[in-house]
Amino acid sequence: MFRNQYDTDVTTWSPTGRLFQVEYAMEAVKQGSAAIGLRSRSHVVLACVNKAQSELSSHQRKIFKVDDHIGVAIAGLTADGRVLSRYMRSESINHSFTYESPLSVGRLVVRLADKAQVCTQRSWKRPYGVGLLVGGLDESGAHLYYNCPSGNYFEYQAFAIGSRSQAAKTYLERRYESFQESSREDLIKDAIMAIRETLQGETLKSSLCTVSVLGVEEPFHFLDQESIQKVIDTFEKVPEEEEDAGEGEAEPEAALVAAGTGEQGGSGDQDVAPMEM
Amino acid sequence: MTFTIQIENGTEVRNAEADSQRTLYPYVTGTSVVAIKYKDGVLMASDMGGSYGSTLRYKNIERMKAIGKHSLLGASGEISDFQEILRYLDELTLNDNMWDDGNSLGPKEVHNYLTRVMYNRRNKFNPLWNTLVLGGVKNGEKYLGMVSMIGVSFEDNHVATGFGNHLARPILRDEWREDLGFEEGVKLLEKCMRVLLYRDRSAINKLQIAKMTEEGVTVSEPYSLKTFWEFKAFTNPTVGAEGSW
Repeated sequence: MFRNQYDTDVTTWSPTGRLFQVEYAMEAVKQGSAAIGLRSRSHVVLACVNKAQSELSSHQRKIFKVDDHIGVAIAGLTADGRVLSRYMRSESINHSFTYESPLSVGRLVVRLADKAQVCTQRSWKRPYGVGLLVGGLDESGAHLYYNCPSGNYFEYQAFAIGSRSQAAKTYLERRYESFQESSREDLIKDAIMAIRETLQGETLKSSLCTVSVLGVEEPFHFLDQESIQKVIDTFEKVPEEEEDAGEGEAEPEAALVAAGTGEQGGSGDQDVAPMEM
Repeated sequence: MTFTIQIENGTEVRNAEADSQRTLYPYVTGTSVVAIKYKDGVLMASDMGGSYGSTLRYKNIERMKAIGKHSLLGASGEISDFQEILRYLDELTLNDNMWDDGNSLGPKEVHNYLTRVMYNRRNKFNPLWNTLVLGGVKNGEKYLGMVSMIGVSFEDNHVATGFGNHLARPILRDEWREDLGFEEGVKLLEKCMRVLLYRDRSAINKLQIAKMTEEGVTVSEPYSLKTFWEFKAFTNPTVGAEGSW
């Protein structure tokens, strides 16, 4: 994308019918570190890569609890993301207070989208530079939505945003058909594997990622480092102890996995083609 | 909110406008509403009278209305305030339908919304002069609750407003059961309404019974209860009362 004379103002159309400021805002999302969401019939998992400014600093929080039944993962300008999370929390709690009943995800997402749209049509504002993966559970089931800076929103079975998200998306595209009926554990494993795709060769450690789950009778919460590491251990090849690590695991899950191929991931699916790097 | 203008001879004239904005007393009122949960859902009964003070002026007022697909609202107290509440709920349900997204307002949501409305009005010293009964069934769950004009709100297996609290609820406390069938429930409600008819002077003998189940909400056609006025105590009420006539 190159600079041109129609991109200074969000309220200026280009002759080809584009709003460049909005598109640049979407670029900002692509620059943020990866965030991934997937859902089954009964659960939604949100995961993200922990990016820290330097070794000395802590990493930025990219996943927020909006309510017991809704969580959001962001990519892009985290400051904008924080503000929008606060808005979502506010909407959710106001609804709960008036109606004693959880706000349905679809309605929250529309309000969020309308809020984003306003910023694309005021000369004194700028679009929010953050993409949001909103996952939640309501009367009509589990949902995963993606909210764009443009004010658009889409519902997904699984999605990834941020830098190197394409690798994760390719992984998810291959496996998304199984997600609807997936168990909670398999869903979490798939999320972590998708995160691994975005790391492109870097060893996957539990300190590098944050994973959150919500589902039927399971309010939104983060998985602790131990649990994440356990899942990683079931599929990540540790060079010296390759076979031993697999057979040493007590969990039947792990045994199944060890029987499958290490490189391609957890569920012992022999038909999956090798990943193109 | 009010101020007075001094006139020469010392008499004061109130600013009429500001004060008339607040509800001070009810004018056209409905009397008791009685409701119970039963095996398949919720039953509610009320008569069709609207009193103007002590005059039984209006005899065709429906004091129970369906709200959305799942709930029914019954009201006693000021009829015009009840109509105002119906307007609020109309807006609510309209908005809900417009979303068209598979979610719908259930009785719990409506009850809580009304609680908020009633309580907020009470805080402004401008109450909606009603006691509301909200019942319904959604996803197999039966719901029955009440909100008063000062925002007191609760749920129970059986509720009644106004005189019903004093005359009907004792009957219900003795005779209500979780597994009442439809006919049994109606008979129980009719028993309560009959007592109210005999003893509440603002009750009229024209009532409706509403049924709320998973299938939906229906309000019956108006009908009357059989009454018996030949009890010995009624024919000669002053027997044994020294000094009466």
